[in-house]
Amino acid sequence: MLEVVGVSKTFGTVSAAEELNVGISAGEVVGIVGANGAGKTVFVNMITGYEKPSVGRILFEGRDITRLHPREITRLGICRSFQVSQVFTSMTVADNLLMALSVRWTTGAAMLKDIKRDSLVREVDALLERFKLVAERKRPAHQLSQGARKLLDIAMALAGRPRILMLDEPTSGISTDEKFEFMNVVMGALAKDKVTVMIIEHDMDIIESFVSRVLAFSQGRIICDAPPREALSDPDVVQYVLGTSHAGH
Amino acid sequence: MRDRTPLWLACAVAALAAASFFIPGWLLNQLLFAFGRGLAVLGLLVLWRAGLVSLGGALYFGLGAYSVALLQRAGVSDALGLVLTAATLSAAAGFVLGFLLKRYRGIFFAMMNLAFSMILYGATVKNRSLGSTDGFGVAQPSFFGVVFSEPAHAKLALFLMLLALGYGAMVLVHLYWKSTFGWLGTALRDNEIRVEYLGYSVERVIHIKYTLSALLGGLGGGFFAMGLGQVDPDSMLNWVASGELLFIMILSGPANVAAPFVGSFLFEVLRTYALDIAPLAWQFIIGATLVLLIFFAPNGVWSLLARPFVRKS
Repeated sequence: MLEVVGVSKTFGTVSAAEELNVGISAGEVVGIVGANGAGKTVFVNMITGYEKPSVGRILFEGRDITRLHPREITRLGICRSFQVSQVFTSMTVADNLLMALSVRWTTGAAMLKDIKRDSLVREVDALLERFKLVAERKRPAHQLSQGARKLLDIAMALAGRPRILMLDEPTSGISTDEKFEFMNVVMGALAKDKVTVMIIEHDMDIIESFVSRVLAFSQGRIICDAPPREALSDPDVVQYVLGTSHAGH
Repeated sequence: MRDRTPLWLACAVAALAAASFFIPGWLLNQLLFAFGRGLAVLGLLVLWRAGLVSLGGALYFGLGAYSVALLQRAGVSDALGLVLTAATLSAAAGFVLGFLLKRYRGIFFAMMNLAFSMILYGATVKNRSLGSTDGFGVAQPSFFGVVFSEPAHAKLALFLMLLALGYGAMVLVHLYWKSTFGWLGTALRDNEIRVEYLGYSVERVIHIKYTLSALLGGLGGGFFAMGLGQVDPDSMLNWVASGELLFIMILSGPANVAAPFVGSFLFEVLRTYALDIAPLAWQFIIGATLVLLIFFAPNGVWSLLARPFVRKS
């Protein structure tokens, strides 16, 4: 489904990604782990078009998307959420979703039709249900809690009915107690669409519980590509990602 | 819930149209100037709602005014043909400049507009065939082939045409603001990154809004020139003219398509009385009004007018 072939990225003399080669199959839930500065976000940014690789190619369903603009990649079916939630702060939760659905699924002269159409409003209601945001529907996004704002960000990305959804640190800023509940809501909401998911995450308990495959990054390289249990006990992952205190965990 | 805005706008416009047959000439003139500017301010509001402020609103206002005057020189005499052609030319200019300006935000967008308006101002001032600083006259136009012998009748016909086109512009902009494309203005003011990652081009949104704004500016300028019977660079293209449009925009507030017309009329009244009360210091009154407005009604006079009708939740 997605192939990253020989991709490298440098910023001046700093190498952020080196010779990355990885393929993602449909239906996988892939966890991307690594210490800060390991190259995880650069990897996701290159796939979603925010950064362009210095070398290499990225193929999505056989099509070269290496040089495409983020909006073109989004329209092809790769959507993302962000570490810092990217929502429309002055709009209510329901209006954020209405906007997301309408922008993605309206073209041509229909862009000039009243946005509050029954078909779209029904879809907004469905998304609010799936992401447990019904109680927040009329609340302006700037008044939301961090967790609700993250859910909204992910719901807006899902409004594009992606085939690949990239979640950049979805649980960052959410308390430890609430992380699992949060991820249950997210993964429950995504399950219906059978979307391929790539998650950047620091919490290894989340990784172990929710993903089927781990890509571990260190200094711009993929140092391990394996199922979670195997990856989290890999000596390189223990040394460069988890830290020695996790050895034998 | 049914959208009643077009209906109450129609009622207001019909009432104004009926009243225009009875009001004195000086008031009709004030309304003509105010609503001409109001159209241009409506264009600026289209941008403001997207978080873009233009300091060069007079660029398209003046372009529309001079287009009418030059088209008359070229032999076009029908008022409708003049204003529609002027609006089209302004929109075309906005479309071309939009390729450059869609890349800029904030102060750079504001100043680039001002720079282009001052370039046009400079070119006009230095051009003798355009009357330099004095400008030149705009003759009384015909209306669908009818030439009024009485100037007051021509003014009335012009005002009624302005009301009709102004109503059309208000309703179309209102419907536009309710559409996906209209909402994209608020969306990109809030978060351009998310707009791109929803699969839409931010620059395309700005380009289209900018062209629409230019069209409305040109339409307003065209009516203003015919109402005044003259074009001149100082009152139509200079940075002061841009400042006035911006002042009216803030005075009006962004909440409603009718706000620029109300705000523009209030501005005419304010300036008239300020000049009357303090001929040498009228700018002091204008400035103080702006300060008070920002303190007490940051969403413009429309927010004060609409307050009694807003239900408390």
